[in-house]
Amino acid sequence: MTAMLKYVLQDVLRARFVIFYTTFMLAVTILLFQIDGDSAKVVASLLNVALLVIPLVSIVFTTIHYFNSYEFILLLMAQPINRKSVFLSQYLGVATSLCLSVLIGIGLPALVFGAVSQVLPLLVNSLFITIIFVSLGFLASSLTRDKAKAIGISLLFWFYFTLIYDGLLLWVIYTFNDYPLELPTLILSGLNPIDLSRILMLLSMDISTLMGYTGAFFKSFFGSNLGMIYAFGVLSLWAVWPLLLALRRFKQNDL
Amino acid sequence: MKIFFILSVFLTASFATTATTLVVRDKLFSKAIQSAKPGDTLIIKPGYYKPRNVIINKPLTIIGEGMPTIDGENKYELFTITAKRVTIQGIRFINTGKSTTLDFAAIKAYDADGLCVLNNRIIDAYFGIHISNTSHATIVKNYISRTSTENSETSIGNAIHLWKSDHALIEQNRVSNHRDGIYFEFVTNSIIKKNHSEKNLRYGLHFMFSNQDQYIDNEFVNNGAGVAVMYTHSVTMTGNLFANNWGASAYGLLLKDIRDSEVNHNRFINNTMGIYMEGSSRINFRNNEFNGNGYALRIQASCDQNVFEKNNLKANTFDIATNGSMVLNTFEKNYWDKYEGYDLNKDGFGDTFYRPVNLYSMIVERIPVSILLWRSFMVFLLDRAEKNFPAITPENLLDNKPSMKPYDFVSSRK
Amino acid sequence: MISFHRVNKTYGKLKTLSEVNLDLKMGHCYALLGPNGSGKTTLIKSILGMVIPDSGEIKINNQTILGQFIYRKQIGYMPQIGQYPPGLSMAQLFDMVKGLRPEVRNTDNELIETLGLQPLMNKRMYSLSGGTRQKVSAALTFLFRPSILILDEPTAGLDPVAVEILKQKLVEEKKAGKLFIITSHILSDLEEIVTDMIYLFEGTVRYNSPVEDLKTETHEASFAKAISSLIKNQDLQIKELVTP
Repeated sequence: MTAMLKYVLQDVLRARFVIFYTTFMLAVTILLFQIDGDSAKVVASLLNVALLVIPLVSIVFTTIHYFNSYEFILLLMAQPINRKSVFLSQYLGVATSLCLSVLIGIGLPALVFGAVSQVLPLLVNSLFITIIFVSLGFLASSLTRDKAKAIGISLLFWFYFTLIYDGLLLWVIYTFNDYPLELPTLILSGLNPIDLSRILMLLSMDISTLMGYTGAFFKSFFGSNLGMIYAFGVLSLWAVWPLLLALRRFKQNDL
Repeated sequence: MKIFFILSVFLTASFATTATTLVVRDKLFSKAIQSAKPGDTLIIKPGYYKPRNVIINKPLTIIGEGMPTIDGENKYELFTITAKRVTIQGIRFINTGKSTTLDFAAIKAYDADGLCVLNNRIIDAYFGIHISNTSHATIVKNYISRTSTENSETSIGNAIHLWKSDHALIEQNRVSNHRDGIYFEFVTNSIIKKNHSEKNLRYGLHFMFSNQDQYIDNEFVNNGAGVAVMYTHSVTMTGNLFANNWGASAYGLLLKDIRDSEVNHNRFINNTMGIYMEGSSRINFRNNEFNGNGYALRIQASCDQNVFEKNNLKANTFDIATNGSMVLNTFEKNYWDKYEGYDLNKDGFGDTFYRPVNLYSMIVERIPVSILLWRSFMVFLLDRAEKNFPAITPENLLDNKPSMKPYDFVSSRK
Repeated sequence: MISFHRVNKTYGKLKTLSEVNLDLKMGHCYALLGPNGSGKTTLIKSILGMVIPDSGEIKINNQTILGQFIYRKQIGYMPQIGQYPPGLSMAQLFDMVKGLRPEVRNTDNELIETLGLQPLMNKRMYSLSGGTRQKVSAALTFLFRPSILILDEPTAGLDPVAVEILKQKLVEEKKAGKLFIITSHILSDLEEIVTDMIYLFEGTVRYNSPVEDLKTETHEASFAKAISSLIKNQDLQIKELVTP
């Protein structure tokens, strides 16, 4: 598998789109640092990139890559190797490349402008989001044999997690306003990796000054060891379950 | 063990003679005061004293030499001053008694016009300096704090407490870990200047019914509920720092029933709420800096005719929150970092208005839990829509001339 | 040898393989023919384990292949369309494929030489023409000296010179007693190599016998004509499908 992984990596890293994506993030981050020396503001602006652009790019690129590699995957499948190694080498290749893009695009400028500690939570969350949406991209790809349909499903995933889910959540909060909502919202936010990431980011940013009773609850929860284990545990689950489901389908499906 | 007191009794300048040094027992501390004549100066030699309650009933100057310690043994009030023109200087007071009915203090004064309290350290007192019915008190460069971790409001008094006084000067004191750092009730024509008030349980400064006062260049940091100024007119607040007051009901500055006042050149940094105001009118807010607050300003509907001009608002989560729809206050020429307009005629002000009330702040106000969705894409879209077609936020609450650039207050004030 | 025993495969409502029984022997070269959608590709993919039959059994050398992958050491597969990671150079591609089977030291690099791929080794895959990629596919197929070769439209897209080189290679390998399964639309290309003909229609094996028998049956001297004649003589259903 490592033999394949090495070459998948070499292939993906040279993809024009990945180079463009890395350059784009690098440019945005450097620009933000130059416009505003205040790293807190830079992080706030980058948050939008992390929560919108990174999931979108990760899931759509994964899907397109999967279908573009389909014929090659077939060729590999004719070799005496099992499907799991083929699948995992593809997954690890894409996930590692996109994580490298994030590290270079956001991490490198942070290093240069000496703002690593402020950018670190954003960086960690961005990496999680990348891995999670690569998993979801493979899941979308495994759900259909049609490339266009798979891209459609990917976009739907993205749209659901960035917008629709939050709309539903707000509706729930509004409707059940009279009940204690701290615990339910905590659980509900865990059902959307973007929300969970965003809350983790907020707690390291402006929400802390804003918070009255409600914020205090979340801050004390996520500030504790238990909260951190919960948050990163849930994020890891989000990276793993779509991948396992996709792998299962990949092993059972006809190619 | 017997404790000896070394007490020097000086004749004051009015007698212009040499001083004599007396060695007296504990209980004779009061005797020294009895034997002193009005206007005398007493010098307390370095040492550790347990004089119980000392009553000063004549004009005296009492000066500690090498910071002598006076211990109240957790039972007694230390100095009780009932005379005019008393000066207390350079003494370390520790461990007063604690009584909620008697308000024990390290230095308590009433009817003590011309009182001067300089350079003292007061540690673990119930009240630090407690003054009533006094004109022209001067409280300068005292350090007042507690080491105890006991933190209930009823078991702790205020650091500097003034009641029904006038023409007081409170300057360069450092107060911390008390109930209120500085407490003013019915204190008029007074100045509070360059004090540092930190980590007090309730307010850094608590200020009521105290007209015609000024407070200038003070720092109020990390207090339980910030600073409260209430039921007062004609206050001038200039150059103060209100920072890191966090909590459900913590404010940088709480203004309640204030009118005809000036709030200029202050800095409000990292507070849950920068300024919270209700029932206040005709206050000018100019050249203030609001940075990193949850809400920069919360203006209840009961406020009118206030003017907000040339302030900097940067990196606040929400700029303005309000519960009213009527616009009775004026906003002009402020710098809002969230303003996205343009300046084609290059006059330094945006050509389009800025609406500082965020829709989501109103939702958060009603349902605090909904803050969890802050900075989500959906909330961003909601806010965009509302900014362009206001339906819920007050349509006319706007700054018609938002500044394109932040003001440089540091150099403009010098 | 490869044997199919009552193999069925259905996609949705479409039956692509229906009760397929086949015995494919070493040293033979099977031409797999049939109209589009007759199940040729499904048959090939089921041998490679890419398609898993709904029922029935496929055995290679009397070992079932279900859930196995090691058996593919014996198989060389040349797909219809060769798509390769665009970012890799040809050399990297060969290194990668060789890396999958490090135990095979003595690889067969003949076609790399004869098809003239050696000078192109440093080119990236995206920059290569379809024909060149097809040559790469051919070279990869023979790389590990497999005993079973499955070629899906091997001559499509190749220039005549390359076709000739490939045919030479096939003839040589056949002599070594290997088993070939070839699908092709260009029947004349197969003439010299094919020993047996399998005709698939709507997922069923309609015809399966040596070419000699076919020629005798149809009284035609050439393979291509024999097939045309066979199709003509089949029942109406087939005619309807073959004649446009």
